[in-house]
Amino acid sequence: MPHILAESLAIDFPLYHMGARSLKKRILSKAPLRLREDASHRVVVSALRDLSFRIERGERVALIGHNGAGKTTLLRTLAGVYEPVAGRLEVAGLIGSLIDPSAGMDQESTGRENIVLRGLFRGLSEAESTAMADEVGAFSGLGEFLDVPVRTYSAGMQVRLSFAMATVMEPEVLLMDEWFLAGDAAFMAKAREKLTRLVNDADILVLATHDMEVVREWCTRAIRLDAGRIVADGPVAEVLEPA
Amino acid sequence: MLDATLPRPDQGQLYICDAARPRRRAAALEDLATGLRRWRLPAALARLDIRNRYRGSVLGPFWLTLSTAVMVVGLGILYSSLFKLEVRNYLPFVAVSLIVWGMINQTVTDACTSLTSAEGIIRQLPLPFTVHVLRSVFRNALITAHSLPLVFLVFLATGTLPGREVLLLFPGLLLVVVNAFFVSLLLGMVCARFRDIAPIVNSFMQLAFYMSPVLWKPELLGDTARWLPLNPFYTVMETVRGPLVEGGVTPLVWLSAVLYTLLVAAVALAFFVRFRGRIAFWV
Repeated sequence: MPHILAESLAIDFPLYHMGARSLKKRILSKAPLRLREDASHRVVVSALRDLSFRIERGERVALIGHNGAGKTTLLRTLAGVYEPVAGRLEVAGLIGSLIDPSAGMDQESTGRENIVLRGLFRGLSEAESTAMADEVGAFSGLGEFLDVPVRTYSAGMQVRLSFAMATVMEPEVLLMDEWFLAGDAAFMAKAREKLTRLVNDADILVLATHDMEVVREWCTRAIRLDAGRIVADGPVAEVLEPA
Repeated sequence: MLDATLPRPDQGQLYICDAARPRRRAAALEDLATGLRRWRLPAALARLDIRNRYRGSVLGPFWLTLSTAVMVVGLGILYSSLFKLEVRNYLPFVAVSLIVWGMINQTVTDACTSLTSAEGIIRQLPLPFTVHVLRSVFRNALITAHSLPLVFLVFLATGTLPGREVLLLFPGLLLVVVNAFFVSLLLGMVCARFRDIAPIVNSFMQLAFYMSPVLWKPELLGDTARWLPLNPFYTVMETVRGPLVEGGVTPLVWLSAVLYTLLVAAVALAFFVRFRGRIAFWV
């Protein structure tokens, strides 16, 4: 049964390579809110602090908050990139994440080669990946450019390829950064339709965004983060109102 | 962007991470198992690295073969007269030496960036770290493979052919690869955390080149040669070079090479178990 459960989850980013002790002292002496010194005397940024929530099957959750509130960090933690320093995290279900458009993209390879590579990244066999290339290629609408190195693509073409590659999956838990909702207008209608299908098929959606229109349209629940803490959690209408 | 984390076969589709009970050993072993099982991915990435590195070049990775060939001929002639050795005997030795040393040197140097160079991927996709380490190992193995024809050429030209002991080459190569993997894992982690290590390793390798019998034959040391098995570079290199040009390897060399490999593996695994969860923060 797909669900996400977080209990007092915390993530600290250690600031390595900070150099001199005096610099450390200066930074810490300014009574910082999120910078502190941990047990082994490192300066750390508290990226996420004491998060507890449970997301059940069928919920569409928006993560909202200012820049640096911890939205993307939380997404990455849910995806399994960062291990929490405290607390417990449980994610049941096949995870699909749409976080960074260009991760794992090789600029020197052709679009088709990149699609196969992406398949391998996801643990598909070479044959399955090659089969995927046709489907993705058709959706991206790149046509003959599919066999040209990605480095020669325009920004828009790269976005299309990324989007097409990223959305060939059927995850139960879909983690999405707002990047995926921005794109060139001509492609947008098609992309929107695809995303809608992806979101509808997923059991859980977690979406980090600044765009309140998007939140109202897609989500049933909103979690507002501020400085790494949850400041509001509830139905979209309730959380958005006072802000 | 994307990545579907595939179902982890041994735990279904459940991802649990509990800071109070980290299960570090299980996580590290699972990382290794998954990474090795998906060897096709690092192999594809390694091929891509080589293609990109030599993109647009006519000879591509064979430039390295060519430069090794020039080195072998030049050094072969010079050092055989310096050491008063017969060119016919010395040339195969120095050819194999330079190729094997080239692989060791390149692997160790690359090991320092095995994880930091994969920063972009590490921060986006929860892939096993083993994949990035294997990528570095495969890349160097592939590059070295391009120099193999040179060995045959030298053997043909000098008319020296190894006997049946050449079969021992394969366990030797296996040992080198196992070593390369654990060194890449260990140095990859250490260099990600402490950025001063990479330059230290670089200058250390230069010293190791002169201190190890790469250009000079171990016999030239005379009595002091009995201390040589303490040099891990020598013994690991010798497990490959011995069967090819020196008529075999002494058991002592094998013992030292195996012990050293076990030591590196133990340290690397201990580090990996303890710090695997921190790597994403280091790179």
